[in-house]
Amino acid sequence: MTTTRLPAVPPNPAPSSPAPSSRRASAPAAPGKPRRRRHLREQLSGWAMIAPATVLLLAFVFLPAILGFGLAFTNARLVSPRPIEFVGTDNFVRMFTDPTFWRSLLNVSYFALVVVPVQSGLALVMALLINKKFRGVNFFRTLYFLPVVTSIVVVSLLWLFMYRKDGLINEFLSNVSFGLIQGPDWLNDPATAMPAIIALSIWQAAGFHMIIWLAGLQSISGELYEAAQLDGASPWHQFRYVTWPGLRHTRTLILVTITIQALGLFDQVNVMTQGGPLDSTTTIIYEAVRSGFKQQETSYASAISLVFFVLVLLISAVQRYLTREKD
Amino acid sequence: MMNKRFTRILATSVAAAALVGTLGACGKGSASATSEGSNEITMWTHNAGNPDELKAVQSIVDSYNKSPDAKAQIKVQAFPQDSYNDSVVSAAASGKLPCLVDIDGPNVPNWAWAKYLAPLKLDVDLSKNLPSTVAKWDGETYAVGTYDVSLAMLSRKSDLAAAGVRIATVEKPWTKDEFQEALTKLKALGKWEHPLDMGTGGTGEWLPYAYSPFLQSFGGDLINRDGFQTADGSLNGEEAVQWAQWFRGLADEGFMATKSGKDPVQDFVNNKSAIVYTGSWAADTAMTAVKDDLAIMPTVDLGNGPKVGGGSWQWGVTSGCANSEAAMDYLSYSLKPENIAAMAKATATIPATDEAAAMLPEFAEGGASRIFMDFSRGYAVMRPETPAYPFIATEYGKAVQDILAGADAKTVLDKTVKAIDANIKSNGGYKD
Repeated sequence: MTTTRLPAVPPNPAPSSPAPSSRRASAPAAPGKPRRRRHLREQLSGWAMIAPATVLLLAFVFLPAILGFGLAFTNARLVSPRPIEFVGTDNFVRMFTDPTFWRSLLNVSYFALVVVPVQSGLALVMALLINKKFRGVNFFRTLYFLPVVTSIVVVSLLWLFMYRKDGLINEFLSNVSFGLIQGPDWLNDPATAMPAIIALSIWQAAGFHMIIWLAGLQSISGELYEAAQLDGASPWHQFRYVTWPGLRHTRTLILVTITIQALGLFDQVNVMTQGGPLDSTTTIIYEAVRSGFKQQETSYASAISLVFFVLVLLISAVQRYLTREKD
Repeated sequence: MMNKRFTRILATSVAAAALVGTLGACGKGSASATSEGSNEITMWTHNAGNPDELKAVQSIVDSYNKSPDAKAQIKVQAFPQDSYNDSVVSAAASGKLPCLVDIDGPNVPNWAWAKYLAPLKLDVDLSKNLPSTVAKWDGETYAVGTYDVSLAMLSRKSDLAAAGVRIATVEKPWTKDEFQEALTKLKALGKWEHPLDMGTGGTGEWLPYAYSPFLQSFGGDLINRDGFQTADGSLNGEEAVQWAQWFRGLADEGFMATKSGKDPVQDFVNNKSAIVYTGSWAADTAMTAVKDDLAIMPTVDLGNGPKVGGGSWQWGVTSGCANSEAAMDYLSYSLKPENIAAMAKATATIPATDEAAAMLPEFAEGGASRIFMDFSRGYAVMRPETPAYPFIATEYGKAVQDILAGADAKTVLDKTVKAIDANIKSNGGYKD
């Protein structure tokens, strides 16, 4: 972590103070009537601006979610001529007595516990590396971001081939170790399937969080670094006492988004392992999709989704509480 | 500066994503909102990803539309296979099914039970069609196909001769012991890491389609077909456990991989395996590459004769169709021998009738692919004709994967039976 000086970047307002309020506060106080009218117009245009997003959210997120909560207590089917009946907590009883459900919960926890620290750490290192002025920085920024732009389904398919017993990764391991290491059949071994998916997921998504870290890094005033340098702070101290505290809000954002993303693991599993071998890579969302679409059990899938929703809500709330402003 | 630019890029991409999202939603909306004029009916097919088949369907439709007796103009809409079932189910939920749909054979009872499909009333005699191309449920015919597919073992005559293994024939297929011996001898040649490729890397419908015939040859089944109310005893009985142990044993003895490559036929062509277990659709590829050396053999007799799965994609008329008379008329037209032959030719599949087969040199008496017709006539077992099939298929597929991964056979099968029985019970026995 060498000098992170950015003379070209002007000091920006901290991310916590939203631009509109500061502008309004600094605007000269206009007398009575025109001010109110302007205020009204501002409000109207504000509502108009959030309207499209609100309508879309209501129609495609909230409404289906509410319907899903209701369906979880029925015996609704995707394809069925039978009327829907209320069955109480049957679906939940079935879920909590199903070992596959507990296994999926365990797999997701394992995935999240590894991915959250490793992916955010790697993304931060990458962001620090490219947050400098040197020739070709844009090349590296593009390079690191490239996996994010590629569809996860395509990435999963490519890695599927690389992970094969005679695939690229094992050939590489064998060649660099002069034939000493004979890699496993990564995705077909219960012990290595999940680590393999974790590695691929981190590789694919780290670039995205790198961009968020980068945005956070660039919002730290260069003057702070200059002052720190005048005080004789070492690069490590600059990172510890200037960069790290300056990334406070970015950190919370990244923690929460990576956690939610990790808990929702699905695409990689669906393309690469279909939950196997021996349930070692199945996840909550995969189970929900499998029972909802392939097995036509809409109500059971809704119950799984409801549990998932509560889980994500709880974890996010705890994280929010732990990272709150402590004053 | 960077920050502002970043915000702008972010805003633009969010806007673009939202726009794409809404466009996608619109596209989907208009696809199901098929406007069916008084004299136009819509037909959905799953083969958007298969240009040859789509072209054959389109040309039959075109010739029907041009014929003077056409009772309506047919409009074809093609979907990718992966999303086809979802499209039909969502269209059914919103009451916007087209008049004609194609259906994967084993799904017919499910859709008939859900009242998506109407019983067929065709002015064609279906009694001479391959039985596996006529989908019946509850005493009525709900769908009919122009072709079927079959399963076979492909090998090279030269390899079998080198190992001293006899070529299996329709009259005398390999028995379980002979198969074991053949694999041992082939393995001893040392030419292949795994002499057998069973397509174990396959997913989805391949798993029940390919492996339930082995189970049936052992004497087990996916479900007790007497009333279709329980899988207990059929799928977890002694025969089923034997099947599971035999199948897993093939991997344990090093005869096959627990997860084969993405394209087993290509691997066979490239000489990475001695015997490949695959569908009749792959025969063309293998024949072109291996030529006269190719041996097309029936699958193994594991006790109750060789078995292959019956039923491929078929056509049905939906129950809400306003002009079902025209839809039935089109279906009857599409079952003319020349149309059946054209479809079979385009898809490299088995034509549904002998009359059509006579028009195709490879399927005519003495033709290279004729043997597949014999397989279909002699060995085909329909996948259980019950609305529970889609559920059974996913559970069985998972059981196969777990068994290959080394799980205890009896435990896995018991768990599968429990899930299937619970599903049947929670659906009131699929009786209504």
